Parts: sequence; C-alpha cells; structure tokens
Amino acid sequence: MHIVVCIKQVPDAKNVRIDPETNTLVRQGVDSIVNPHDWYAVEAALLLRDEYGGQVTVMTMGPPQAEEALRETLALGVDQAVLLSDRAFAGADTWATSLTLARAVAKLEPVDLVICGKQAIDGDTAQVGPGLAAHLDQPYTTYGRKLELVDGSQLRVERLTDFGYEVVQMALPAVVTVVREIGDPRMPGLKHKMRAKKLEIPTWGAADLDLKPEEVGLQGSFTQVVKVFSPPPRSDREMLTGEVEEQAERLFNLLKDGKVPGL
Amino acid sequence: MEYFLTEEQQMVQEIAAKIATEKVRPIRAELDESEEFPWEIMKILAQSDLFGVYLPEEYGGLGGGVLENCLAIEEMGRACIAVATTFAASGLGAYPILLFGSEEQKQKYLPPIASGEKLAAFGVTEANAGSDAGGIQTTAKRDGDYYILNGTKQWITNAGEAEIYTVVAITDRTKGARGASAFIVETGDSGFSFGKKEKKMGLRASATRELLFNDCRIPADRLVSKEGTGFIVTMKTFDVSRPGIGALAVGLSQGALDISVEYARKRVQFGKPIIGFQAVQHMLADMATETEASRALVYAAARYIDSGAKDISKISAISKLYPTDVAMRVTTNAVQVLGGYGYMRDYPVEKMMRDAKILQIYEGTNQIQRNIIGQELNKEYGRIKETFF
Ligand SMILES: Cc1cc2nc3c(=O)[nH]c(=O)nc-3n(C[C@H](O)[C@H](O)[C@H](O)COP(=O)(O)OP(=O)(O)OC[C@H]3O[C@@H](n4cnc5c(N)ncnc54)[C@H](O)[C@@H]3O)c2cc1C
Ligand SMILES: Cc1cc2nc3c(=O)[nH]c(=O)nc-3n(C[C@H](O)[C@H](O)[C@H](O)COP(=O)(O)OP(=O)(O)OC[C@H]3O[C@@H](n4cnc5c(N)ncnc54)[C@H](O)[C@@H]3O)c2cc1C
Repeated sequence: MHIVVCIKQVPDAKNVRIDPETNTLVRQGVDSIVNPHDWYAVEAALLLRDEYGGQVTVMTMGPPQAEEALRETLALGVDQAVLLSDRAFAGADTWATSLTLARAVAKLEPVDLVICGKQAIDGDTAQVGPGLAAHLDQPYTTYGRKLELVDGSQLRVERLTDFGYEVVQMALPAVVTVVREIGDPRMPGLKHKMRAKKLEIPTWGAADLDLKPEEVGLQGSFTQVVKVFSPPPRSDREMLTGEVEEQAERLFNLLKDGKVPGL
Repeated sequence: MEYFLTEEQQMVQEIAAKIATEKVRPIRAELDESEEFPWEIMKILAQSDLFGVYLPEEYGGLGGGVLENCLAIEEMGRACIAVATTFAASGLGAYPILLFGSEEQKQKYLPPIASGEKLAAFGVTEANAGSDAGGIQTTAKRDGDYYILNGTKQWITNAGEAEIYTVVAITDRTKGARGASAFIVETGDSGFSFGKKEKKMGLRASATRELLFNDCRIPADRLVSKEGTGFIVTMKTFDVSRPGIGALAVGLSQGALDISVEYARKRVQFGKPIIGFQAVQHMLADMATETEASRALVYAAARYIDSGAKDISKISAISKLYPTDVAMRVTTNAVQVLGGYGYMRDYPVEKMMRDAKILQIYEGTNQIQRNIIGQELNKEYGRIKETFF
C-alpha cells in the first residue's frame, strides 16, 4: 500500500501578529511549523503502514524552506518525501494548490490513498483535501477518526460528526482528511531522524508536473485575497468570568436589560 | 552553554527532551502517587531508539557511548528521575554483557535490550551485603551443564519488569573476593521469582524488588566471563555506569532550577518578585553554578571513558559523587525557594527532593565513592616519585 500524506508549513500561531498599518501578516521572526492537523495525517498513514505494510510518502507545496517540515515528519518514520517548489506556485488558491498536489500524486503512481489534515490553521478553508480528490477524480471522506483497510481494496472510515460518528466505506484509490481523534502523533525516532538528515528530497517544479504557468500559482487561481485585515477593536465588550452559574446569571440579566453589545 | 556535541548527540538530546517534556512531565506526579511502573513511556523510548544509544551497531545499537547514554538520561531526569532510572537501570544490566560477555551472549541479549523490547537489570545487593558487596551469600553451584543458584537479591531496580538479569553469586566461598561470578538469568528460568515491591520515600515509579533464587537452574553458558571474575565485572560495570547516575543528578538539578527561577520571578512578596531579594538570588545563583559544574564534569568523565582510557575508576566515582550531592542541595533549595508551596505535593519540587536522596545511595553510596577516590589518590600518588613541596 502506498500512502501519500500532504502537509503544509504554516506560521506558528502562537506568535502570529497582524501589522496594524498594512493589515498583513507579520512573517518576520515567526517560526514555521508543520500544520498541527497534518501531524494526525502523518500518524494515520503510519498506523496504516504498521498494520498493513507498504510505504508512506510525504509531500508539501511551499517555498524551499518547507523542506524542513518534510524532514520533521521523516523523523517519525515516513519513508520518503517530495517538495513541490517553484516561484510560479506562489499565490496559489485552493484550486491551484490542489491541482498541483494532484499532479504530483499522479507522478507518484501507484498511490492507494492520499491523506490530508482536517484543515490548515492559516488558510483554514479545509478545501484542499476535497479539491485534490476532485482533480484526481477519486472518492473522498473528511474528518476521519479511524481508518481501516477492508479486503485490501476498500477503506472503511469512521467519520467524526457533531453527534457521534458515521462509518463510510469507499473504494481505493481515494482521499481522506483526518482529525486528531486518529491518535497522538508518535515521537521521533533516532534512527529515522539520522536518516531524515541525510535523505535526498527531490524538488518538483511546474515543468516536472507538466503544468503550464497559467495553471499554477496566482495565474492558475480563480480567487484572490483582496484584503486581509483585523476586525477593528471594539471597546464595548465584557468578558464574563466566574462560575458557570454566575456567568449565566450575568448574561441573563444583560440580555434582559438589552445591554448586550451589538444587539 | 555549548558543549560541542556532535549532530547525533544533539539528536539524542532533542528526542529525549521531547519525550520528557511531552510524555513524562505531564504524568510524573501521577506516576509518583500511583507507584505505577512507566511501561507506556518505556515503549515510547523504545520506539525512539533511545535504549540503544550506547550499544554498538552490530548489536542493534546506534554506536554511541557513555556520553550518549548520559545525554538521554539527563534529559529524562529533568522531568522525572524515577522514569530515567528505569531507563538507566536497563543499561546497568546490559553493561556486564557488553563489557565481559561472550560473542554468543552479546548476540543473544544485546539486540532486544538495544531495541527496548526487553528491559535488563543488575543484581548484586543482598540484605546483609550492601556497600560490602563481598559479603553476598547467594551461591551458584556447577551441576553438569548447569548452574544452580540459591539466595535472595534485595532492592533490585526493574526487578519483576525486566526480562534479562545480570546477577553476582558465589561460586567458590574459599576464594573470597575471587570466588564470585556473574550470571545471566532470564525471567521464566525455573526456580527464579520475585519478592514484593518495596515502598519507597521517592523514586516511586521505579520498581524495586527482591530476586528469589530457589534451586534456580540455568545453562552453564550463562556464566559471564570466567568463574571468579564476578567482582571485577561488577566494579568495571560501575566504572562505566556511574556517570549515568551523575547525569540523573544533573537532569534533576536542572529540572529543580527551572522551576525555582520561574517561580521566583513570579512570586510577589513585600511588593516585588522574590527573585529581587538578594538572598533568593544568591540561592538560585549557587544552584545554577553547581548544576553547570556537575554537567561539565559528567560530560568530561563520559568523554574520557569513551576515549578508551583505562584509569577511569576515580573520575567515574567523582562524576557520581559531586553531581548527586549537588542534586540533594539544589532540590532542597528548590523547596526553600518555593516556600510552603514547595512543601506541597501539588508542586513538583517536594518529589524532586524525595527523589534526590536515592542518588547519594545507590550504585555505591557517596561515602563509598569517597573511599574509591581516596584509595585511587593513594595509589596514584604512591606511583609518583617527585615531591610537590
Ligand atoms: C502567503 C500566502 C499567500 C496566499 N495567496 C493567496 C492568493 O493570492 N489567493 C488565494 O486565493 N489564496 C491565497 N492563499 C491561501 C491559499 O489559498 C491557501 O493557503 C492554500 O490553498 C491552502 O488552503 P488552506 O490553507 O485553506 O488549506 P486547507 O484546505 O485548510 O488544508 C487542508 C489540508 O490540505 C493539505 N494542504 C493544504 N495546503 C497544502 C500545501 N501547500 N501542500 C501540501 N498539502 C497542503 C494539508 O493536508 C491540509 O491539512 C495564500 C496563502 C498564503 C499562506
Ligand atoms: C531504590 C534502590 C534501588 C537499588 N537498585 C539496586 C540495583 O538495581 N542493584 C543492586 O545491586 N543494588 C541496588 N540497590 C542497593 C544499593 O546499591 C545499596 O543500597 C547501596 O549500595 C548501599 O548498601 P546498603 O543499603 O546495604 O547500605 P550499607 O552498606 O549498610 O551502608 C549504610 C551506611 O554506612 C555507610 N558505610 C558502609 N560501609 C562504609 C565504609 N566502608 N565507609 C564509609 N561508610 C560506609 C554507607 O555509606 C551508608 O551511609 C538499590 C537500592 C535502592 C534503595
């Protein structure tokens, strides 16, 4: 079984700031981390490999320094990695991102399963997984909390919902996105980490994926970020504190007196 | 501080630190309270290849030495020395095999220890033979292709949980110190069982039990080295393992210092953080100084041993003695810095202080370390012909 895991490098949310002048993300001095949800995607793949054998390839589209993120996951025992990096990829929206990823999956054939995180903590759209499935013309399931191979050709997914879980079974090859209920990512291993340090990671650009400039990056995107801004601070706010009962009572009285901000 | 560690040594540190912070620290109080053996954590350490850092690659290890072992132990000790002792004691059980075992013994026993699939332990101490190991009474009698062991070992770390035991028993009482031999005993050997789990002041997640030998029958090829070398095996094992106890102490001291400084910066009395009081500052300064000195000492000793040097008994004893005395002082002062909070079991430093005490006792009490250092000085200066006056 060959599993491809898509990971994204994101700014460490702990220190993200928006520049109040320009309303853009201040990236200087902000560490990049592997999108936290993607660790569960890696763990899900490794759990499947533990159980059924096979190979796990991790992949990211990003700037050259995203290679660091790939090496971090290799230290957990992922078999190989591919970096998709090209100036032309810059400014990609979810369509262009998932198209690029889909072409790379095709280049890695045979691939039985692609696993993505639930969503990226920066872009936050949760569209890339399903978009990837659409470009690959494959079935997909989101919010997987448990994955199981059935008859070697089907994937049974326990899919987390607000009220419990659904069991979905789909034919492979397929795409699945997973949630943290998959289980905590394992700790890195020393032997894996030493191997990760030395492993050659190929970098594929648009040409390697037979993608034309107008299909990738900003040019290949149907949407554009017009403006990023912090909502203006409001002074008419009150944070309720204390016991739940006290908070409920305070809220009740505020509502009763029509004093809730914005109402 | 920069100790010029290799890239691989830094990886050992990073991984051990990550496990200590994410997996050990959050549950150390719970483990202490329940006295539960930390199997979950041992499995994680195994998956992360840490059990093999000091073992040669041909036996499934990573080819490092005493320093790599110390780095892993220190990082774990920073979170909890009960967990770190459990890890280190497996190495203590493995060293006699590594240093003195036959090729067959190494091939059979070291790979599962290196992978962490099996834990090991080392058993010398008995009820009437602690510091005076020469007084052990457990016997091993040759019987054809077998040895028959009888006796009781006491306070053996990892007993009942480990599967591979190196034990020392008397093979010829008439030969005194030359009459002891080391053997490998496995869980499941007939006539081999365990006594009750001890209730301890500290180090409570670490398992300490008796080894009971009741006509325990083991194949003769379990003898390590030759008959009569039991105490040489023991002394040489301690020579390479003692820096590991120093490393436990360094980790523990660092863990106590971390909490003390963080707390002193936050705790406000008389209108200012207590770190603003010189008396507190000086206490912290001494803690930091002695901790760093301990670390430098342990690394230097470990590097010296790894260089293949032969005259290692003195430096090995020094690298156990000083850091463990420091750890006792540092953890005691950590409780002092935290005041009444420090004395409460809701805060981690009282456990650190309880735990610290064992470091001055096991693998040879600190009095015994001073004896070793003193005797070595006497020998060393006896060989020097010049005068320093
Ligand atoms: C600097 C910057 C500039 C941008 N510019 C534009 C722009 O001009 N126009 C626009 O529309 N959008 C832009 N975006 C947003 C962009 O659409 C998304 O970041 C990107 O498409 C992924 O979507 P998402 O973050 O919502 O991921 P989600 O869909 O929430 O991610 C779900 C999962 O998909 C996988 N995944 C997501 N991204 C990648 C990746 N790069 N490589 C591998 N796997 C991945 C991961 O497994 C992830 O958990 C920009 C983003 C950044 C950070
Ligand atoms: C938690 C724990 C785990 C242990 N794990 C192991 C293990 O895995 N394997 C193992 O074999 N043993 C183990 N031990 C035993 C440990 O090594 C001994 O307790 C230690 O060597 C001291 O022996 P003792 O307790 O009999 O003290 P004693 O030897 O009775 O000493 C009592 C006091 O007298 C002092 N003293 C004794 N002789 C001298 C001397 N000649 N000069 C100066 N002072 C002296 C000692 O320093 C000490 O202060 C463990 C002990 C504990 C408590």
